[in-house]
Amino acid sequence: MSVGGFWAMGGYARFVWPCIALAIVILIWNLWSARRYHAQALKRAERAILMAGSKAS
Amino acid sequence: MSVGALQAMSLVLRRELCLSFRRPDQLLQPLVFFLIVTTLFPLGLSPQLSLLRQMAPGVLWVAALLASLLSMDGLFKGDAEDGTLEQLALSGQSLAAIVIAKTIAHWFVSGAALVIMSPLVAVALGIPVTAFPTMLLSLSLGTLTLSWLGAIGAGLTVGLRRGSVLLSLIVLPLAMPLLIFGANATDRAIAGDSPEGAVYFLAALCVFTSSLAPLAATAALRITLE
Amino acid sequence: MWTWFYRLASPPYVYRVASAFTPWLLLTAGIAIAYGLIDGLAFAPPDYQQGDAFRIVYVHAPAAWLSLFAYTTMAVSGAIGLIWRIKMAHALSAAAAPIGASFTILALVTGSLWGRPMWGTYWAWDPRLTSELILLFLYFGVMSLRAAFEDPARGDRAAALLAIVGVVNVPIIHFSVQWWNSLHQGATVAKFGKPAMDASMLWPLLAMLLGFMLFFGAVLCMRLQGEVLNRERQASWVREAIKA
Repeated sequence: MSVGGFWAMGGYARFVWPCIALAIVILIWNLWSARRYHAQALKRAERAILMAGSKAS
Repeated sequence: MSVGALQAMSLVLRRELCLSFRRPDQLLQPLVFFLIVTTLFPLGLSPQLSLLRQMAPGVLWVAALLASLLSMDGLFKGDAEDGTLEQLALSGQSLAAIVIAKTIAHWFVSGAALVIMSPLVAVALGIPVTAFPTMLLSLSLGTLTLSWLGAIGAGLTVGLRRGSVLLSLIVLPLAMPLLIFGANATDRAIAGDSPEGAVYFLAALCVFTSSLAPLAATAALRITLE
Repeated sequence: MWTWFYRLASPPYVYRVASAFTPWLLLTAGIAIAYGLIDGLAFAPPDYQQGDAFRIVYVHAPAAWLSLFAYTTMAVSGAIGLIWRIKMAHALSAAAAPIGASFTILALVTGSLWGRPMWGTYWAWDPRLTSELILLFLYFGVMSLRAAFEDPARGDRAAALLAIVGVVNVPIIHFSVQWWNSLHQGATVAKFGKPAMDASMLWPLLAMLLGFMLFFGAVLCMRLQGEVLNRERQASWVREAIKA
C-alpha cells in the first residue's frame, strides 16, 4: 500500500482514523487516570501516617 | 409464640397493605404520575390517534416504569427510618420471607393499580380494545418483574442520601430488556400479529426474576443493615 | 497448595506484586499493540466487501471483548469478596470498573463510526448494541453505588452485589447475535471451529486482543495499588511500602 493510500484508507479515512485516535486517547487516559489515582492514594496515606504520628506524640 | 415463615409473610403482607391504605395520598401519587406522564406524550409529540397508536406501547411502558420507580424508594425506607427494619431482621424470621411479602404488597398497591388503570390510558393513546388482553397480561408480568428489580435497588440504596436517584440509575438498565419485550408484546397485539412469543418471554423473565431477586434483595438488605 | 491464594488476600503482598508486574505488562502490551496496529493498518489486505474500513476491527473488537472481560472480572472478584470476605478482592473489583467503562465507550464509539459506512447509520437499536449500551449504564451504576456509601466496606459489598446482578447482561451481549436477527455480524473468532477470517488479517487482530488484555492487566495493577492504599491507610506495612 502506498503512503497516500495508507492515509486515505480507501476513502474511509474519516471513519478509520478517528477510531484509531480515540483508541489511543482511551489507552493514554487509562494510564494517566491510574497514575493519578495511585498518587492521590499515596498522598492520603502519607497524611494519615503523619496525623497518626502527631497524635501518638 | 413462634410463627412459621408463611404466617410471618402473611402478617407482613397485611401490615404493609394496612399501612399503605392508611395513606391514600401516597397510594394515589404514582397513579396520578402515570396519568400525567402518558398525557405528556400526546401533548409533546402529536395528538393524532393514528400516530399515537404506533408509539402507545412504548409510552405506556415507559410511564409505568417511571411511576413504579417513584414508589419503589419507599419499600424499605419507612421501616428503616424508624428502626422497624432492623427489628424485622433480628426477629429470627427468614428475612427473605419478609422481603417477599413486602415486595408483593408493594406490587399490589402500585403495579396492580397501574394495570387496572391501563385500559383508561390505553384508550387515550388509541390502543384498540382487541389488544387489551395482551396489554393487561404483559403489564401484569412486567410490573411484577419491575417490583422485584426495584426491591434489589431499594435494598442497596436504603439509607443513602439521594438514594432515590441512585435507585433509578441502578434499576433502569436492568429493566431495559423488560421494556423491550413488554412493549413488543403489546405492539404485536395492536398490529394483529400473535404476541405469544413475546408474552412467553416476558413470563420467563418474570419467573427468572421472581426466583432470584428475593435472594439478591435480601442479601442487599443484609449488606445495608450490617 | 493454597498458600498462593491466601497470599493474594494479603494487602502488602498484593501491593508488591502489582507494583512488580506493571512494567512488564506495559512493555509486552506495548509490543503487541504496536505490532497489531502496524500490521493491521498498513500490511493486512483490504477486505473484499468492506475495503479499508474493516481495519476499525483492530480497535473495535479488542475494546468490546475487554468491556466484557473487565465486567466479568469486576463481578467475579466482587463475588469472591462477598463470599469469602476478602478485602483485596473488592479492591480488584473497584479497580476494574473505570477501565471497563472506558473500553465500553471505546467499543460503542468505534462501532458507531464503523456502522456509518457499513450499515448507513451511526446507531441502531439492535440487540448487541443495545445490550452493550446497557453494560455501560451498569458500569456507571456500580461505580456510583460504591461511591455513595460513607462506609467504604459497605460500599464495596453493595457494589459487588450489583455487579453480580448485572453479570447476566454479559452472556446476553455475547450471544445476542446468535439469538436474534441482529444487524451486527456474528462471531468471527470467539466461537468453536475455524475462525472466519484470513490469517493475514487474523494475526494482527489476535495481537491487538492480546495487547489490550495485557494493557488491562497493567492498568489494573496500577489502579489496584491505589485501591489497596485507600483501604489500608492505617496499616503498619504502608509506612515501609511508601518509602520505597
